[in-house]
Amino acid sequence: MKGSMKIEINNGRLVDAENHLDQVQPLYLADGKIVAIGRAPEGWKAGKVIDAAGKIVCPGLIDLCARLREPGLEHKATLESEMLAAVAGGVTSLVCPPDTDPVLDEPGLVEMLKRRAAALNQAHVYPLGALTAGLRGGQLSEMVELTEAGCVGFTNGDKPIADTVVLYRAMQYAATYGYCVWLRPEDAHLARGGMAHDGEVASRLGLAGIPVSAETVAISTIVTLMRDTGARVHLARLSSRLGVDLVRAAKAEGLPLTCDVGVHHLLLTDRDIGYFDSHYRFTPPLRSPSDRDALSRGVIDGTIDAICSDHTPVDEDAKNVPFGEAEPGATGLELLLPLTLKWAEQAGVSIAAALQKITAGPAGLLGLDAGKIAVAARADLCIFDPAAFWALTPQTLRSQGKNSPWLRRELQARVTHTLVNGALVFKA
Amino acid sequence: MSYHPQLSADGKLKHLLSTEGLSRAMIESILETADQFVSVGNREVKKVPLLRGKSVFNLFFENSTRTRTTFEIAAKRLSADVINLNINASSTSKGESLLDTIDNLSAMNADMFIVRHAEAGAAHLIAQHVKPGIAVINAGDGRHAHPTQGLLDMYTMRHYKKSFHHLSVAIVGDVLHSRVARSDIHALTTLGCPDVRVIGPKTLIPTEVERMGVSVFHDMYRGLEGCDVVIMLRVQNERMNGALLPSAHEFFKSYGLTSEKLARAKPDAIVMHPGPMNRGVEIDSPIADGRQSVILPQVTFGIAVRMAVMATVKGA
Amino acid sequence: MQLDAELLISALADKIGTLPPDTAMIGIHTGGAWAAERLHAKLGVALPLGKLAVTLHRDDFGKIGLHPTKKATEMPFDVEGRHILLVDDVLNTGRTLRAALNEIFDFGRPASVRLAVLVDRGRRELPFAADYIGATMTLDASQELVLKNDDNHLRFDVRTKD
Repeated sequence: MKGSMKIEINNGRLVDAENHLDQVQPLYLADGKIVAIGRAPEGWKAGKVIDAAGKIVCPGLIDLCARLREPGLEHKATLESEMLAAVAGGVTSLVCPPDTDPVLDEPGLVEMLKRRAAALNQAHVYPLGALTAGLRGGQLSEMVELTEAGCVGFTNGDKPIADTVVLYRAMQYAATYGYCVWLRPEDAHLARGGMAHDGEVASRLGLAGIPVSAETVAISTIVTLMRDTGARVHLARLSSRLGVDLVRAAKAEGLPLTCDVGVHHLLLTDRDIGYFDSHYRFTPPLRSPSDRDALSRGVIDGTIDAICSDHTPVDEDAKNVPFGEAEPGATGLELLLPLTLKWAEQAGVSIAAALQKITAGPAGLLGLDAGKIAVAARADLCIFDPAAFWALTPQTLRSQGKNSPWLRRELQARVTHTLVNGALVFKA
Repeated sequence: MSYHPQLSADGKLKHLLSTEGLSRAMIESILETADQFVSVGNREVKKVPLLRGKSVFNLFFENSTRTRTTFEIAAKRLSADVINLNINASSTSKGESLLDTIDNLSAMNADMFIVRHAEAGAAHLIAQHVKPGIAVINAGDGRHAHPTQGLLDMYTMRHYKKSFHHLSVAIVGDVLHSRVARSDIHALTTLGCPDVRVIGPKTLIPTEVERMGVSVFHDMYRGLEGCDVVIMLRVQNERMNGALLPSAHEFFKSYGLTSEKLARAKPDAIVMHPGPMNRGVEIDSPIADGRQSVILPQVTFGIAVRMAVMATVKGA
Repeated sequence: MQLDAELLISALADKIGTLPPDTAMIGIHTGGAWAAERLHAKLGVALPLGKLAVTLHRDDFGKIGLHPTKKATEMPFDVEGRHILLVDDVLNTGRTLRAALNEIFDFGRPASVRLAVLVDRGRRELPFAADYIGATMTLDASQELVLKNDDNHLRFDVRTKD
């Protein structure tokens, strides 16, 4: 449903690096689109005026990975709660992985998910389809049918395909149709049994390690198969310095490779695990400070195309167990903005450049005509107060996933309004 | 005083979770307290009333009759009531979570939990969760720590060698999987031991272990040169299956303690082992039973050290 | 204020007189052990002197914890069926005495235990009495009577607790 109301947003600082916008200007929306910037169109009469004084107005965030936990994992979260979390976090488009129950390997399931999501009139949902049936790493899924049902790419989720022949064929088949294959760069065997970065911290804590080679061996394999198959690949969630180096080299070669990083990996390291705090268990694991710094440099120099939240709602019961038994992951939709800006501040990156990594960057990767503030563009917008601090508590979080390293701490940057298709879908 | 979850706000020991995080003064205090309890073990009445009326729960999620028995003896010598819980057979196999099990037991007026668990960090989790006044003693959490073993190893070395300041100590074998090795290393470096060595094949040495303050040897002959103490670690059969070692036979050849290898150490070097031993795999029988072996005294000292730990965490 | 304890020890030795030949003497650390060393020599006791640390039998473990101590219990004779003379420097509430008796009984069943103290302060909290007393003294509850070993000369210090 497009907002048919005419909406005027005044006094906000419009920020869109791609379109060279960074100034305080009014914005005019009608029929679900941006109709003017800076000067009202002729005969303009606003149905609603939003005063964004002291706030930043940017394109709605595009999150490349948010688990909605539907179908099947409703004890962890529901579509309603997570879609609300998305718009509360200023996210207007999100990609959801197929690791649900049942797995998204049937067009009917994809259609149902899209319909349910669309009925909520909140963020746009772009599902990834399963690369293999049931994510079992054996039989290929019906990629053409799934694309027709609305899938924007294919992935095997967090279960790397151990059989290189299957990986090869899956990439080859996807390449037939030009589909993009999203792959977690992790060698199933080298990562097996591991729970933390294989280094000083894991050795001291007695945690089974996941070596960097689990990532680099996988990237090397994937890049080699890309050359053979011509497949387009997106690497989901880099974690290491050597991994970034391999991607940089592959891109220099001209291969159709893109990649992203989870925002937590730009801020945290294995040292943060402290006394076995399971809120710091992630997959891929948090690695050393030099890995984190290399990821940061990779985002800045463009080797890493986008930052995502890797939103993973996990119920407290699955975190309140010994580290090795805990489910990895953290809630992320509502933290993508404040954590990206926190990273930007620490890395000396401008707000505009940082926002690009969660708006235009992901949009370009997905081939979406979105993630921008421009005349005739879809009116998906996020208005936030960059100076406001807010406390992260189970009550302030809309997601059912309260699992966060920042729980009971304060974050800076608070979303006040979110608009999708020119309609106000969230107001703080 | 830096924060550690086993210390109270005023720096007293309220739990024993790891030797890491214990100050030198704290370790020495526990060892001196253990001196008193060694003498109690030599009396006709081997009990003292310090923990009378207190309930000590032995929670072993991982089987170990030996360790559980020594904790039981230690608790009983302090006049505590001891309840042994073998968790495999009970609630958690029915799906009750670790913390729910703890809550239920706390409701039965437990004063102390002695916990052995297969996962690193389990004792920390429990310690964070229990009500104030309940003490948690880590009897081994995965590969991470076995602090009472570390302390009794220190007691043993202090008994035979007096000072740590000029000691060379070698820890040999499967260091990667060893909670005893980690606890020993932290305690030794804290007590000022200047030369701690780990000896083993690359497959059994943890990544970046040098950062813990040890030097690494793959050649056991060289590694034992001039050592005052040799600690042999147990090698488990699973390591052969996990592609970490080809065979017990080959392991013994390179890393088993024989008289030939022991001759490289000082003539008065002592040989230790946390037990149970695999004779012929990590240690030759004549050495295990020989004049340099202090393996049996370790067991005796272990009771006194555990009594000292329990008395320390339960005292004000 | 200071008191010469050597005089008290001599007075106590006179009161005790001659002990039966198989009697053993035990001093309670630290002051009682010093006093017992003197008495042991003066009275010519044949059996070696026993010493008690009592730390493991105190009743205030829950309040003050266990402190490592250099003092060790030594019992160089068989307690079973033995007549024992227990020696301490000060008898006050009686709690130390209770702990000492418990510890002695851990070693066996004595035929009898008699108590000799240099000073009886009298603020009893348990029903005990000494058999031989050097001197009786009334002090405020806030005052401490501490035996000091000054270059092998024993003397009492009276101090106010802070």
